[in-house]
Amino acid sequence: MNSRLLSVIRKEILHIIRDRRTFAIMFVIPIIELVLLGYAATNDIRRLTTAVYDADRTQQSRQLIEAYRASDYFAINRSAGSEDELAAWLDNGQIRAGIIIPAGYADNLAKGKTAQVGFVIDGSDPVVASTAFAASQSVGQSQGIKVLQERIGALVPGLAGGMNPAIEVRPRVWYNPELRSANYMVPAVMGIILQFLTTLFTALTIVREREQGTIEQLVVTPIKSWELVVGKVIPYVGIAFFDLIEVLILGMVLFGVYVRGNIALLLGLSILFLLTTLGLGLLVSSIARTQQESMFMAFLTMLPSIFLSGFFFPLEAMPGWLQAVSYAVPLRYMLVIIRGIMMKGVGMEAFPEQVLALLILGPLILFVASMRFRKSLE
Amino acid sequence: MISLSSVTKKFDTITAIKDLSFDVNAGEIFGLIGPDGAGKTTTLRVIATALNPTAGNVIVAGVDTVRDPEAVKQHIGYMPQRFALYPDLTVLENLNFFADLFGAPRRERAALIERLLGFARLTEFQTRLARNLSGGMQKKLALAASLMHRPRVLLLDEPTTGVDPISRREFWDLLTEVHLQGVTIVIATPYLDEAERCTRVGLMFRGELIACDTPNAIRANLGAVALEAQSAQAKLARQVIEARAGVLSVSAHGNSLRVLVDRAERQAEIESAWRAREISVRDVRVVKPRLEDAFVLMIGKSNER
Repeated sequence: MNSRLLSVIRKEILHIIRDRRTFAIMFVIPIIELVLLGYAATNDIRRLTTAVYDADRTQQSRQLIEAYRASDYFAINRSAGSEDELAAWLDNGQIRAGIIIPAGYADNLAKGKTAQVGFVIDGSDPVVASTAFAASQSVGQSQGIKVLQERIGALVPGLAGGMNPAIEVRPRVWYNPELRSANYMVPAVMGIILQFLTTLFTALTIVREREQGTIEQLVVTPIKSWELVVGKVIPYVGIAFFDLIEVLILGMVLFGVYVRGNIALLLGLSILFLLTTLGLGLLVSSIARTQQESMFMAFLTMLPSIFLSGFFFPLEAMPGWLQAVSYAVPLRYMLVIIRGIMMKGVGMEAFPEQVLALLILGPLILFVASMRFRKSLE
Repeated sequence: MISLSSVTKKFDTITAIKDLSFDVNAGEIFGLIGPDGAGKTTTLRVIATALNPTAGNVIVAGVDTVRDPEAVKQHIGYMPQRFALYPDLTVLENLNFFADLFGAPRRERAALIERLLGFARLTEFQTRLARNLSGGMQKKLALAASLMHRPRVLLLDEPTTGVDPISRREFWDLLTEVHLQGVTIVIATPYLDEAERCTRVGLMFRGELIACDTPNAIRANLGAVALEAQSAQAKLARQVIEARAGVLSVSAHGNSLRVLVDRAERQAEIESAWRAREISVRDVRVVKPRLEDAFVLMIGKSNER
């Protein structure tokens, strides 16, 4: 192997090891990100604090409350004395939802009328609200069907047992049957860490040579630009892969998230993705003059990557023009690949478009970056 | 050994050096002097292939710096003004790194580095991080690193700026050693006592070379006579003669006066002027002009133009 390249790699490893704090941070970042995103950034809505105002106080109204309690979406642990009291609790955030059963509920049921039930939901968090909304309806409907069956049974004895709903939908969720956020987040964290480490540190390490003035000594040696850049970047690629494996192991230990597909394929395609992120880092280093500037700019590339990659928010829900922009975000493709391999256990055949996109974006970004990057002082 | 012809270097709208032409012969110590911003650093960088000239060309050891920079790099050692080695690497690691970049053969490596460490008097500090070296030691380390590939030309950009006088003298001892081995040296320096030690000096001002000769010839061709005198009223004595015809410059430091005049005959005129104002001035004598005098006068003249 090229001896100049080797000596740049060796020198860069010395820089990394000597800077103990940064060295430690590189290995702690994945742990923090994974724990934060795995535990905190969860969309799993379970056991919303819910109060009930039961003005009817009958066996039937208690049955309805039990049905809601049994659904696991609502933790009904408060009972309001009036509608106003319930509203006050919702106002000051003590509860997220409230069930209002008006007086005459059981009466209406007995008379064969439609008994109305109120359900108020705190809509300040739309994700929580929409889940609660759907749950409130489905629990109510199934309770309604039960009541209907009882009524028909009362009218036509003997029919009740054979009375079944005409249609029964049995949803089965594939890949992530428990709908756990961690299964979705862990693979995404791997993508983010790959990008974060390589883009930021590539930019930093190159700008440091300029800021420190060492580039001035390097330009008068026979070293070539590519040897300098590749040599400086290789150790960080190594660290990124180490972190990738760290996240895989932590994902298993902490969240029970296992790779269903081929790990070798995952690592192989990660290299393809790294071409784009290293290119971004190189691009940043060619624009930024100080390490501070390059750090700022690297963070700037992170924002669109997080928001326009389907990391948190589904791309399908975004306006058309924003979806169009997202096609330029490499992480968008990588997340499909990582989630596909990890959650679905699929292979190359499942994402030819994503691989093609990375094959185009990587060399393109690297080309633009290297056009801008010159091993000179100008 | 080095030849610049009509070299111009522009950065955006600023012209750092303008139509610069001079030659440096093999075995010379060539001093580049001039105020800050005169273009000394840019000139050295252009010779070092770190910058390409906007116009004109530079030949080093018979090779054009733009056409074949890689060949030129084998011939030159360059020591930038700022410490440009790695502060978080040890003395030895720094030297090894640059030995690698220049492809020093493995077998000769150890002997070469040992010799350079001995030369720079850094043998006992070889495991110390460069950031923990004193300013003077950092300069010596940088010098050793720039000599790694046995260059024929050594380019030094203010190598002794910010270094204590003892380290400065030591550094010059090292330079003399290098020079005796036949290395051609180009040194930019703000210190005119260092310029006196050069075989020739080039005085730069606003990107142009306004004089280029041996220190002696520059002094001789100055067209000025230097006078020194003592007076308890030195400041007043200065004011009295400052605007007189033939007085090129006057400076007063404490009780000492230093006057530059265009002809030796001016001495009598000045002394009578002082007498007329009853200012007592003693020990008036003609002295050899210093390089500093030339520097001040020539820049003053260029400024008027």
